Amino acid sequence: MIQVHPLVIFFASIFTSNMIFSNFLGMCSFTSVSKEIETAAGLGIAVTFVLAITTVLNYIVYHYILVYFGLEYLRFIIFILVIAAFVQFLEMVLEKYLENLYYSLGIFLPLITVNCAIMGVSLFMVTRNYNLVQTAFFGLGSGIGWALAIVSMAGIRSRINEDNLPLGLGGPAITLITTGIMAMAFIGFSGIVSIS
Amino acid sequence: MANRKKIIRDGIIDDNPILFQIIGICSALAVTNLMMNSLIMGVSLIFVTALSSFTISIIRKYTPDHVRMMVQVLIISVYVIFVDIFLKAYMPDMSKALGPYVGLIITNCIIMGRAEAFAVNNGPVDSFIDGAAAGIGYTLVLLVIASIRELMGFGTLFGIQVLPETVTQWTLMIMPPSAFFILGIFIWIATNRKLTKEEGGSKK
Repeated sequence: MIQVHPLVIFFASIFTSNMIFSNFLGMCSFTSVSKEIETAAGLGIAVTFVLAITTVLNYIVYHYILVYFGLEYLRFIIFILVIAAFVQFLEMVLEKYLENLYYSLGIFLPLITVNCAIMGVSLFMVTRNYNLVQTAFFGLGSGIGWALAIVSMAGIRSRINEDNLPLGLGGPAITLITTGIMAMAFIGFSGIVSIS
Repeated sequence: MANRKKIIRDGIIDDNPILFQIIGICSALAVTNLMMNSLIMGVSLIFVTALSSFTISIIRKYTPDHVRMMVQVLIISVYVIFVDIFLKAYMPDMSKALGPYVGLIITNCIIMGRAEAFAVNNGPVDSFIDGAAAGIGYTLVLLVIASIRELMGFGTLFGIQVLPETVTQWTLMIMPPSAFFILGIFIWIATNRKLTKEEGGSKK
């Protein structure tokens, strides 16, 4: 297997294989929390942070514990436990030491545990056989890509006046169609870098 | 019995998880480029939702409230692992095609949603039916979307050539954007019909 340079993975996971536009991960919170730029940015930062760290944690747990004991099939449970435990831990630390940050990010933390982007990145990391450095860049890049998508979506949505739309098109329907147009725009990046 | 009919009707049509509750759409978008993928995904989801709702409902009186979520996630994961191992053993190609999306059934909000909204308050048999109905509703939407995408993108249905080979294949249909467009239009039609119905009902 050819080793892809970590930086290539980093940029590819932001642009060409963006978590939302080409892997459809994290759509639930993407459609519901993209109404205002500020909240979207808050969630984006929280997701990036959690993604960057949990992906590395999951890499270590998977390769040094699960593979060692031959328990690869337990990875779903272990990954979700690592993510849930980390989010819980983060919530406690923020509440105790960084109260301001807790009040601005705190509400998003429970949402993150069920965000499929976090779990998805860890599973992709396994199927694509990344090494530790590649994994770290992949997690960080995916998070930034996700944040980029949700912030730009919120920017577009704040300009749409939903009162003028045909009946039933407002809300999720228009969000999905707009996402489709943005995904087409992101296909334009596909010549720059690619990972599969 | 009338009550059970209503549960089934709600899950499949009136309160379809994808079209009206807009949950569980990650996997709905990702696997719908081929009919076969969607069918396998749908059947796996019906299996996991129905059985996890059933199990959660059985132990609902013995689970302390504050660890409820954790217990639910663990139960769901166990069933997903069954599905994953089964696919790997009997359908290795399918397991590769679906890739990480099998594992992502755990974070599919439909299952957790049904568990929280229904199974924690109702009996095992009702919960089983409710979970299965939600799963069937999900599968039907997936199959319809996949039939449009596969027919236009490859000219095939379930891998069988349907359109003559001379028809130009519409590559965009198998790429991600089309999934967003088609699902967006579906949700638009569904919401529109629901709102029109409600208005008509209140006027009378």
